[in-house]
Amino acid sequence: MTPTTDLRTHYMGLDLANPIVASSSPLTGQIDTLVALQEAGAAAIVLPSLFEEQIEHDAMGLHRGLDTGADQHGEVFGGYFPELDSYNTGPDRYLRTLIAAKNELTIPVIASLNGTSTGGWTHYAKLLEDEGADALELNIYLIAADANASAADVEDQYLQLVAAVRSTVEIPLAVKIGPFFSSPANMARRLVDAGADGLVLFNRFYQPDIDLDQLSTTPNLVLSSPNEMRLVLRWVAILHGQLEASLAATTGIHDAEAAIKLILAGADVTMMTSALLMHGPEHVTTVLDGLSHWFTEREYRSLTQARGSLSQKSSPDPSSFERTNYMANLASYSPH
Amino acid sequence: MRGADTTSWVTVDGNEAAARVAHQASEVIAIYPITPASAMGELADAWSQQGRTNAWGAVPDVIEMQSEGGAAGAVHGALQAGALTTTFTASQGLLLMIPNLYKIAGELTPAVVHVAARSLATHALSIFGDHSDVMAVRQTGMAMLASSSVQEAQDLALVAHASTLRTRVPFLHFFDGFRTSHEVSKIESVSDDTIREMIDDSLVEQHRTRGLNPNHPVLRRTAQNPDVFFQAREAANPFHLATPNAVQTEMDRLADLTGRAYHLFDYWGAPDAERVIVMMGSGVGAAIEAVEREAAAGAKVGVVAVRLYRPFDSEAFVAALPASVRSIAVLDRTKEPGSVGEPLYSDVVTALFERHQKSMPSVIGGRYGLSSKEFTPAMALSILDELDGATPRPHFTVGIIDDVTHLSLDVDESRWSEPDNVNRAVFYGLGSDGTVGANKNSVKIIGESTTQFAQGYFVYDSKKSGSMTVSHLRFGPEPIRSTYLIGEADFVACHHTSLLDQVDVLRIARRGATFLLNTHHGPETVWRSLPIETQRQIIDKDLALWIVDGGRVATEAGLGGHVNTVLQTCFFFLAGVLPPDEAVAAVKDAISRSYQKRGQLVLDRNFAAVDQAVAALVRVETPAEMVGTRRLRRPVPEEAPDFVQRVTAMMMDGKGDLLPVSAMPVDGSFPMGTAQWEKRSLAIDIPIWDPDICIDCGRCTLVCPHAAIRMKVLPAETLTDAPEGFRDKDWTGDRHSTPDQRLVIQVAPDDCTGCGVCVSICPAKSKEVVKHRAINMEAKADHLDAERINFAHFLDLPEADRSSLDLLTIKGTQQAQPLFEFSGACLGCGETPYLKLLTQQFGDRITVANATGCSSIYGANLPTTPWATNADGRGPAWANSLFEDNAEFGLGMRLALDHHEAEARRLLASLASEVGPVAADILEADQSHERGIADQRERVAALRARLDQLADPETTPLASRLRSLSDYLVDTGVWIVGGDGWAYDIGFGGLDHVLASGRNVNILVLDTEVYSNTGGQTSKATPRAAIAKFSAGGKTTAKKDLGMIAMAYGGVYVAQVAMGANMTQVIKAFAEAEAHPGPSLIIAYSPCIAHGFDLTHMMEHQKMAVESGYWPMYRYDPGREAAGEHALHLDSRPPKVAFRDFAMTEGRFAMLARSNPQVAERLFTEAQQDIDDRWHLYQQMVDVEHTATFGQVEE
Repeated sequence: MTPTTDLRTHYMGLDLANPIVASSSPLTGQIDTLVALQEAGAAAIVLPSLFEEQIEHDAMGLHRGLDTGADQHGEVFGGYFPELDSYNTGPDRYLRTLIAAKNELTIPVIASLNGTSTGGWTHYAKLLEDEGADALELNIYLIAADANASAADVEDQYLQLVAAVRSTVEIPLAVKIGPFFSSPANMARRLVDAGADGLVLFNRFYQPDIDLDQLSTTPNLVLSSPNEMRLVLRWVAILHGQLEASLAATTGIHDAEAAIKLILAGADVTMMTSALLMHGPEHVTTVLDGLSHWFTEREYRSLTQARGSLSQKSSPDPSSFERTNYMANLASYSPH
Repeated sequence: MRGADTTSWVTVDGNEAAARVAHQASEVIAIYPITPASAMGELADAWSQQGRTNAWGAVPDVIEMQSEGGAAGAVHGALQAGALTTTFTASQGLLLMIPNLYKIAGELTPAVVHVAARSLATHALSIFGDHSDVMAVRQTGMAMLASSSVQEAQDLALVAHASTLRTRVPFLHFFDGFRTSHEVSKIESVSDDTIREMIDDSLVEQHRTRGLNPNHPVLRRTAQNPDVFFQAREAANPFHLATPNAVQTEMDRLADLTGRAYHLFDYWGAPDAERVIVMMGSGVGAAIEAVEREAAAGAKVGVVAVRLYRPFDSEAFVAALPASVRSIAVLDRTKEPGSVGEPLYSDVVTALFERHQKSMPSVIGGRYGLSSKEFTPAMALSILDELDGATPRPHFTVGIIDDVTHLSLDVDESRWSEPDNVNRAVFYGLGSDGTVGANKNSVKIIGESTTQFAQGYFVYDSKKSGSMTVSHLRFGPEPIRSTYLIGEADFVACHHTSLLDQVDVLRIARRGATFLLNTHHGPETVWRSLPIETQRQIIDKDLALWIVDGGRVATEAGLGGHVNTVLQTCFFFLAGVLPPDEAVAAVKDAISRSYQKRGQLVLDRNFAAVDQAVAALVRVETPAEMVGTRRLRRPVPEEAPDFVQRVTAMMMDGKGDLLPVSAMPVDGSFPMGTAQWEKRSLAIDIPIWDPDICIDCGRCTLVCPHAAIRMKVLPAETLTDAPEGFRDKDWTGDRHSTPDQRLVIQVAPDDCTGCGVCVSICPAKSKEVVKHRAINMEAKADHLDAERINFAHFLDLPEADRSSLDLLTIKGTQQAQPLFEFSGACLGCGETPYLKLLTQQFGDRITVANATGCSSIYGANLPTTPWATNADGRGPAWANSLFEDNAEFGLGMRLALDHHEAEARRLLASLASEVGPVAADILEADQSHERGIADQRERVAALRARLDQLADPETTPLASRLRSLSDYLVDTGVWIVGGDGWAYDIGFGGLDHVLASGRNVNILVLDTEVYSNTGGQTSKATPRAAIAKFSAGGKTTAKKDLGMIAMAYGGVYVAQVAMGANMTQVIKAFAEAEAHPGPSLIIAYSPCIAHGFDLTHMMEHQKMAVESGYWPMYRYDPGREAAGEHALHLDSRPPKVAFRDFAMTEGRFAMLARSNPQVAERLFTEAQQDIDDRWHLYQQMVDVEHTATFGQVEE
C-alpha cells in the first residue's frame, strides 16, 4: 500500500498540518464556525480584518450620535440616549474574538489588519500581537486614485507601512496585496526586504457596481469563481524561488484541484474563502481528501517534494507564465 | 460637634444632588418624565441599571409609569407594601399626584416626593420654575420642605427622608425648577455613611411592619360615614403637630454629622432689623446678598428663609424674626387670583396675628419670579425700600412692569453690583453644539480641581433647532449665592459668529473684559467682519479681543468642527483660573471622564484639539475706528404687523423682560402666522431648484419639515414681471390643466434650516451628472440675495384656488397654501411634514387640539407660531390643553361644534321662509369636497346678508342668533394631534374613550416612538430592541399595537402611514379620516433625533421601515364594509428586508448591537418575530368579511 503523502507545510515559520488555510470571511469571525473549520481540518485560520477605518468611523459616528441634540433645548438633559456601561467601540470586540479563538483552537490563529494611517497600522498590530495572534496578515489595499500620485509614491507607502509594522511586532508578518503593480515581482521583493515574512496573493477589492434602476453606485463583493485562480497561479509560479518568503495563494481556490495546482506552482499554503462560504466548513475535509488522494496516488512523499515543481523556474515551459501564454490563449479562441 | 462626614466636594446640579440622596434612601422608585424633574428619574434609573446600591446594599427598583398619576399610584402601593418609596415630578405631574398625596398623607405613610418646582399651565404652558405647583398641594397633608440652593437640595432631601420615617408624615421636598434643579454648583457632598446614619433602621422596620402582609393582615381604607369620618380625620393631628420638632431634630442631627446647620426658619441680616423679607426657594440667595450688604452698611434689614412650609410652625417662625421687626414683606413665587394674598403671605399674616395680638408688625405681600422670572438683589432692595415707605403697597409685584394694575415696584438694577472677588463668564452658543456640556465640565473642573467655588447656569431659547444657549459661569473664593443671571461679565465668549447678527452679546461685558470669538477670520480681517455694534462695544468698553478658529482646530483634530473642547481650553487659558499646564490637564481629565466609554479614539482626537487650541488663540489689537457695513439684524422687518413690531419683536430680540403687562393678551390668545417674521436664516446650504430636470412631482415641498420649499402653478402671464433669475418651467403635472401653465418651486432662504430632506427625496436626476438633481443643496451665501428677492416675489404671486386642486394627489396638495410654516422644530423633523400636509388638505376649516409635547412646543412656544392663516384670514384654530387630556379636549371641541351646527340648522329651518331658498340650499349642501365647501361659504355669506335685512321683530332675535352661529353651517373638522407619549401612555385612557364615543374627530398620532420633547424616554410605542432612556439595555417588550386596539371597535377609521414610503397613501388616509363620519385614528411614523441617524435621510428610513415590515402601512375603513369590501386594506407589501438590516441603520438599535451583542441578537430575533406575527395577523384580518358594527352617536 502506498504511504499517504505527508501534507505538512511551513508558513512563515508556522508548522501547519496541511496547506489548507481558512482565509478571512464571516466564517472566521465566529467561534462556532472557527471550531468547525478546525474540526474539518483547516491548518490555520485568518481572522476577518480589523479595519481601522471602520473602527474610527464607528467610534466617531457614535460620538457624534450621542452628542446630537445634547442640551439643544431646556427640556433635554444631556442627549437623547441613556449612558451605557460600554459602547464597545475600538478594537475591543475584535480582540475578544482573537482571544476566544486562541482559547478554543489549537491551530494557529492569524490576525488580519487593514489600517489607514501609519500610526494606526502599528498601534493595532501591536495590540493583535499582545493578545496572542500567532501571525499577522496586513491586508493592504490602496486604491491609487490620485492622478498626482506616482506609482513610486504608492509603492513607497506600502513599503513604509510594512517596515513600520515590522519594527513593531515580532510575530510572523504576511502582506496581502493586489496584483495591480507595474512590476509585481519587484514589488514583492521589496515588500519582503521591508520585512514581510510571507506574501498573500491576491486580495480582492470591493468592486463598485451600478444600480440601473436607481442610477446609483453600489459597493459590491461577489464570491470568487474558480477561474480567478489563474492569475494567482501565474504569480505564485513566477515568484516561487525568487523570494526569501512564504507564498500564500488565495482567490479562486474552490477545490482540491486548484489547491494542488497552486502547490505545484509553489504556494506554501492555499487559502480558501468563497468555497467555504458556499459549501460550509466541512468543505475543507473534501478538499483535503482530494489533496491527499492526488498526491498519495502519485506517490509524493511530502508536499515539500511537490511544491514549486511546476513553478516558472521548474516548469518545462517557463515562458508559458509570461506573455506567450496570452498569445496562445488568443489562438485557442480562433474561429474554426 | 462634627460627626461622620468629612468634607468632600462635588460639583453637581440640584437634580443630581437630590436624586442621589433619594436613590440611597429608597427601595422602590416610580417615575415619569417631566421637565425640569426628568433628570432625577433618569439618574435614578441609570444608577440602578449600573447596579448602584442604596444605603442597605440593595439596588432600588426603578419603574417608569404611564403618567404621574400612575407613578403616584405605584408609590402608594409600594408604600402600603412597606417599601421605602420615592418619586420625582413637577408642575402638572404633581397635580396628577394629588389624589394619592391625600391618600398617602391620610394613611400616615412615610414617603418623599422630590419636586423641581415649576409653573402650572394657565394662560400658557411654561417649563420654568415657580411655586404654583407645590402651592397647589399644600392642603394635602404632606409636609413641605423647601431648598433654596443646590447644597440644600441635597441636605434637605436627606432631612426629608429621615423626617418622614420619624414622623410618619409624608414629605414633599422641593426646590426651584431650573434655577436650582439645573444650576451646577460646588457643594459639600453628604457621605453614604451620613445617609446611612440619618436613616433610622428601627423606623424603616416599623414602616415595613405597617405594610400589608397576609401574615398579619389589616384592612386599610374603609368607607366611613358621618358618624366617624371627622373624628378619624382628626386622629392624625398629633403626628402633624409633632412634625416641626422632628424635622428640627433631624436638621440638628445633620448638623452634628456635617457641620451644616438648618432650621425651620433661618434668618440673615441685622440682629436689630426692622424691615424683613420672608420667602423661600432660590430667591433667598439673591435676597441674602442684598440684605447682608445693606446690613453691613448699617441698615436694619433682614431676610427669613422658610424651610419647613408645612406644617407651618408659627412659634418657630416668630422666633426666627428679630424682636425689633416692624414691617415684613412676604414674597410668594406663585399667583392665587382672587385671594386676599398669596399662600405664604396668608400664612405669615395668620401666624403673626396669632402670636402678636397687640404689636403685630405690618405685613405686605408680593409676587415675584413666576416662570423663572429673574429675582435679583436689586429687586430685594426695592422691596426693602417699599417697606421703608410711608404707605407701602399691601400687595405688589416685583420683576415686571405692571402698567395695568400698577402693582409692580420700580427696580433700579444699577444699584447692585456683584462682589469683586467673583469671576463671571458668559458664553453664547447654539443648542447641541457642545457649549453647555463643556461649560458644565468647566464648572466641575474649577469646583473639583481648585479651591474655588463655582456655579454654572444655562439659559436656552425656545427653539429645537438653531436655538441659542447662554451659559453663565461664576467662580470665586467664597460659596456663591448669586441665584440670578450675570449682569456684568469679566469674560464673554461667542462660539458662533452668526449670533453676533442676532444678539448684542457684548451688552453684558464689563469695561475691560475679555471677549473670545470663534471665527474663521484671521486677525487681519476679523474686525471688518464684526457688526458695527460689536465693534463699538469693544472700543467703548476697552475689551480685549481674542479670536480662535475653533472649527479649523477641531476639524484638523478629526472632530468634524465640534468646537466645544477647543473653546473650553481657550477659556481656561484666558480666565487664568488654573496655570495653563494644569488647565490643559484638567480639561483632558474632564474629557476622559465624559467620553471614556466612547473609546480611545474619541479621547485622542479631543486631546489633540485641546493641545492645538491655545496655539491657535490670537489676541487682536483693537482698531480705533469702526469699519464695515455689517449690523445687528432687525428682529422683524418693517412690514410686520403692529403686534409683531411691538411685542413679538421684543421677545425675539431677547428683551421680553421689558414688555409691560399691557403688552400681553389677557387670556393667552396670540395672533397666528408670526413665524414668518422670524427670519432665523440657520442654513449653511439651501436647496436650489433646477427646472430643466424637474419632473413636477411635488415631493420636495411635501417632505419639507419647515415649509421652506414652496410650489405654485400659475398662468404664464402672471410671471411677466418676475425678477431676473426667477425660475419657472412648463407645468406638465396635470394633463387636464389649461396650457401655458408654469411651475415654480421656490425656497424660502431665511426659513430653510438646511436639513436636505428635500434633496434626498428628489427623484429627478441629471442625465449628464447623476448626482445633480432637480433640487440641490448649494451654499446659501451664493444665493441668499437673489433668493430673498425671488421668495418675496413668489409670496406675491396668487395662491391656488383650492377648489380647482386635486387634493388627493401630491401635486394637488402641494399647490395648496400650507398653513403651518417655519416652525422651530428640529432639522429633519419627522412630525412637521404631516402637520403641514394636514393644513394643505383642510387647514382653512379645522380646529386643532394639540397635546403637550414637541408639537405643542414647536407649534406655539413664543415668540412665534408656525400655525398660519390664508389671505381670507382662515386657518387652523389651535389650542393646547394638557398632556394627558388631549383626546377629551378635542372631543369637547367636537361637541361644541356639533351643538352649534345643530342649533344653526334648527334656526335656519325655522327661518327658512324668511330667508328664502338659500336655507334649503344650505341645509342640503354637499360639503364633501372643496367646491362644496366654497359654495357653502358663499351661501352662508348670502344668508348673513339676508339675515341683516330681516326687520320683523318676531324673527330678529332668532336671526341675530342664527347670524352668530352661521359659521357652523360650514363643516369644521376636529383634529386631535399629539405624540406617542400622549396617545400610547398618559392620554391613552382618554383616547380610548374618544375612539369609543363614535364622534367625528380625527386623531393624528405623530409617533416618534419615544418621549421626544423631554429627551427620549421610553414610551409604550418604543419598539422592542431599541435603546432609549429607561431602556438602556434595549426595550424587552414589543410596541403596543395601538391601531389594532382601535380597529377592535369596528367603527373607527384607522390608518398607519409613513410619508417616506408612500406619500399618496398618507394623503388618502388624511382625506378618508376627515370624510369618515366617526372617530378616526392615524398613526404616522415620525423619525426623530432620538432615533440616532442623520435625519436628512428620514424619508429613506421610513421606506426601509415599511419594506422590513417594521412599520406596516394600512387603512382600515369601516365604510368600505358598506360597499361590500374588506375594511382593512394593507398598503405595504410583505416584508422583504430583514429587521436587522433596517435596525442596523439606526443608532437606537445599532447601539445595542454594539454594546451588548448577545442581548441584541435575542431582541432582534424577537423583534423579527413580532414583525412576522403581526404581518400574518394583518393578512388574516384583510380576509375578515365583517367586523363588529359600531353604532354612531345619534345626532
